[in-house]
Amino acid sequence: MGVKKAITGAQAAAEAMRQINPDVVVAYPITPQTPIVEHFATYVANGIVDTEMVPVESEHSAMSAAVGAEAAGARAMSATSSQGLALMWEIVAATPGLRLPIVMPLVNRTISAPLNIHGDHSDVMGVTTLGWIQIFSENAQEVYENLLLAIRVAEDERIQLPAMVNQDGFITSHAIEPVEIYDDDKVRAFVGTRSMERGLLNVAHPRTIGAMALPDYLLEVKRAQEEAMSRVFEVYHSVAKELSAITGHEHPLFEAYRLDDAEAAVVVLNSAAGTAKVAVDAMRDRGMRVGLLKPILFRPFPYAEIRDALKNVSAIGVLDRSMDFGAYAPVYSELRNSLFELDKRPKLQSYVFGLGGRDILRGDIEVVFDELLSGSLDPERQRYIGLRG
Amino acid sequence: MSEKKSWEDLELAIELPPATSLGYKTGGWRIVRPVWNAAECIHCMICVAYCPDMAIPAEKSEEGTVGKGGRVFKGAVRRETNFDYCKGCGICAHECPTKCLSMIREEEAEQAACKVPGEV
Repeated sequence: MGVKKAITGAQAAAEAMRQINPDVVVAYPITPQTPIVEHFATYVANGIVDTEMVPVESEHSAMSAAVGAEAAGARAMSATSSQGLALMWEIVAATPGLRLPIVMPLVNRTISAPLNIHGDHSDVMGVTTLGWIQIFSENAQEVYENLLLAIRVAEDERIQLPAMVNQDGFITSHAIEPVEIYDDDKVRAFVGTRSMERGLLNVAHPRTIGAMALPDYLLEVKRAQEEAMSRVFEVYHSVAKELSAITGHEHPLFEAYRLDDAEAAVVVLNSAAGTAKVAVDAMRDRGMRVGLLKPILFRPFPYAEIRDALKNVSAIGVLDRSMDFGAYAPVYSELRNSLFELDKRPKLQSYVFGLGGRDILRGDIEVVFDELLSGSLDPERQRYIGLRG
Repeated sequence: MSEKKSWEDLELAIELPPATSLGYKTGGWRIVRPVWNAAECIHCMICVAYCPDMAIPAEKSEEGTVGKGGRVFKGAVRRETNFDYCKGCGICAHECPTKCLSMIREEEAEQAACKVPGEV
């Protein structure tokens, strides 16, 4: 049994990092990520972890140093948000190509401009094409567990890809919730240590990494990278099974909440899924058959599994906390792609909500369900929840 | 890498054996080349240390080699520049305390090499 602690999502990430005990942590403060590294720095200062903590002058340097450490054979971590992710973008993009399994908590915050420190998904949705495994967390408990899961999936010898574990800025990162922290010994046995097999400091097997690949080789390198990404599902399932032995519950690719006989469903990432569950329960109490699908693993995207879970739902509202200007919103786009293969496709509606940290309330989601059940939908035009005018 | 590999046969992240830059001869980039006048060299090793491409070989010599003023220099001695890797940056010539290195244009060096021995 673990211990229940009243902690924030940021502290939950720091707790996971304490148990992971990385060799190197390199980070630069940025709201709302800062408390993760603040809490972790106290563990370093108090000698609770063995980590070499490297304070740097920017996120570009943070990810560069993490890449260097990971290439050397260390288990390196960082943490960031929004503008910080934007500044480290160049190295974030290089990490999957170098096949370095760095795990990084990302506290989702609006990307400027306009300047805004609150939570939406415009930061992460700008990096989903880069080749990182992307995992989303509804609450602090999931942040903690997803980080433990991510480190094993990323470092698996069949994968060797970096992973980001997302949580909503402030809503999750700064709100205190009860979080069960599992037994240190059990978690450390589960997490293990990173193999030195590929480390550059493994002098018995010298090698060159990061070599240039010209037009005659780059395609092959990228095809091999895609193969690793496609293997994430099987590794995720087997790691999730091991983690379940500690947590006592399942760790699925996505959560299907009261979906079995649902006529209408919403699809939403991260903390708003919690609000959606309350809305689903309230509407179920009124006799309406509604449900929720909460994607957890977003890259790779489990198209077939999500299609199967939603194949009997008549109307689906996809709630995006970011926009893709001039295109379908990111999550909506994936859902459309996923459902295209069905002979009898559900009706779809795209909703944009919560930009810049604007609250979404139970009533807002109930209005979405009312629209879905009424059938007055326009799959070509996105709607905006709470928009004035 | 003569035979090109399929994507299935690639090592992770196109990991390669160490020291592959040895196979990549950068001497072809050279526009000017250092000409070493061994008779003026004091084998101080400054050029060896400054060369950014490690293109100046040095070795330990017990019998020694004749340099400036006819003196025999023993111990660490430099040898002729390795033109497979020398990019002709001229740092060696700039740093040389005895000015025994001078930079000449590649085409002059080529023309000189084409001349019949003894011809002026």
